[in-house]
Amino acid sequence: MNDVCVVGIGIHRFGRTDGVSGLEQGVVAVRQALCDAGVEWKDIQFAYGASDAAGNPDTMVEWLGLTGVQFINVRNGCAAGGSALFSAQMAINSGQFDLGLAVGFDKHPRGAFNALPSEFNLPDWYGEAGYMITTQFFGTKIMRYMYEHGISSITLGRVAEKAFRNAVHAPHAWRREPVDLATIMSAQMVSDPYTKFMFCSPAEGGVALILASEKKARELGKPIIRLRAATMRTRPPGSFEVFAPSLDINRGWSATKLAASDAFKIAGIGPEDIDVAQLQDTDSGAEIMHMAENGFCRDGEQELWYAKGFTEIDGKLPVNTDGGCLACGEPIGASGLRQVYENVVQLRGDGGGRQVPGKPKTAYSHVYGAPGVSAVTILER
Amino acid sequence: MRFIAERLLTDDTPPRLIGGRNRVSGRIVFPCPSSDEYEPLPLQRHGTLWSYTIQRYRPKSPPYAGPEKFEPWPVGYVELPGEVIVEARLTGVAFEDIKIGMALELTQIPLDSEAHDPVMIFAFQPKDPGDE
Repeated sequence: MNDVCVVGIGIHRFGRTDGVSGLEQGVVAVRQALCDAGVEWKDIQFAYGASDAAGNPDTMVEWLGLTGVQFINVRNGCAAGGSALFSAQMAINSGQFDLGLAVGFDKHPRGAFNALPSEFNLPDWYGEAGYMITTQFFGTKIMRYMYEHGISSITLGRVAEKAFRNAVHAPHAWRREPVDLATIMSAQMVSDPYTKFMFCSPAEGGVALILASEKKARELGKPIIRLRAATMRTRPPGSFEVFAPSLDINRGWSATKLAASDAFKIAGIGPEDIDVAQLQDTDSGAEIMHMAENGFCRDGEQELWYAKGFTEIDGKLPVNTDGGCLACGEPIGASGLRQVYENVVQLRGDGGGRQVPGKPKTAYSHVYGAPGVSAVTILER
Repeated sequence: MRFIAERLLTDDTPPRLIGGRNRVSGRIVFPCPSSDEYEPLPLQRHGTLWSYTIQRYRPKSPPYAGPEKFEPWPVGYVELPGEVIVEARLTGVAFEDIKIGMALELTQIPLDSEAHDPVMIFAFQPKDPGDE
């Protein structure tokens, strides 16, 4: 099996870019990544592209060049970007290819995602009654978690406060103004216990990663950043997912726990060995719950972790160093790849005002989406 | 007055939700899947609140079929002991009085309280202490 390295990264700023299509934002990211890797489009042997709502990624060959490259489109909910990356690394891992692209982009209308029951194997009445709402899931999941594990509302606020504070230093982030805790806590309630600052918004953006075999990476003379693990998993019995008319009495694991434990096993390291992490934070409680689901702390310990600042840039495990989904918004196809982009920035030491001190060597990324899909990567410098 | 969908409620008075029990594993779900792997199972009418939130903005239409005029409503998951945890609207309780663990019973409410001939949905309300 070939080791897989990330040799080029590119990003189109997240948020709202009127007049530029999602696909064009993806193209901007690809060109930047090619330039960063020091390769040309004609050198790319294969591509996987992720988009949920902004068109077929393969059509970007019109802009990039009609080289006849193999280009596969991936649509996999919020794990689309992670799935594209997972597929791309397999192509190199197999030994068949040496240089390829994983790209993700999206452009969603304003407001909450507009999901239809039929797309999720659900009856029409479920949507008619008003339950096809992601924020309801986020609210009910954290409400139960707070009840079971003693997490307070102020901790939810601290997650959001950190996100906006970190994003000040991330040029690709959308919301780059700090917001103080009091403002976060007293803002308009959207889905209890969450105020509007505790939810991310659907947004726009594009991210591209150039992957290479280690041999190719050395030829290119790039710093070696290895993809030690990339996993993608679906839900086990007893999980709690978006758009669930019922839940099992016997509670079980989650797709996240499966993807995380697999990734650590493949990489041969544990959560304690990770120096920086990007965790899916569609809502501030998601970051809290995903801390435990990914194995970084035990259920309930987050209360102390956030009070003590353990997840700050200079803490023992910096989490969502670019402000995560809360500050970047969530263009579905691009979101998981943004996390990996940010991890490469951190491992290269290029984080500027948000750089994690102490030259981090390992970086972790995690996405989660409906209805129970999760993708994890572990990078090592 | 009509119910939002068929095959969700039994003909009993008062009606019960119809779940589905997997013929092999015994796993209970709601609603009852149409596949042969599940047999219909009338669920108990009483349970406890497992979790909840308040829907404070109007869901997008489609698919939402509720009235244009929007008032926030509570929605939760209700644990029917030994059976399954079902998602449903909560009714007859002030937002600040909603507590995880509270005893609830099945009822029906109109999707649009001002409609002339309303579509009804299932909901749970605080249990009347005298009702068993």
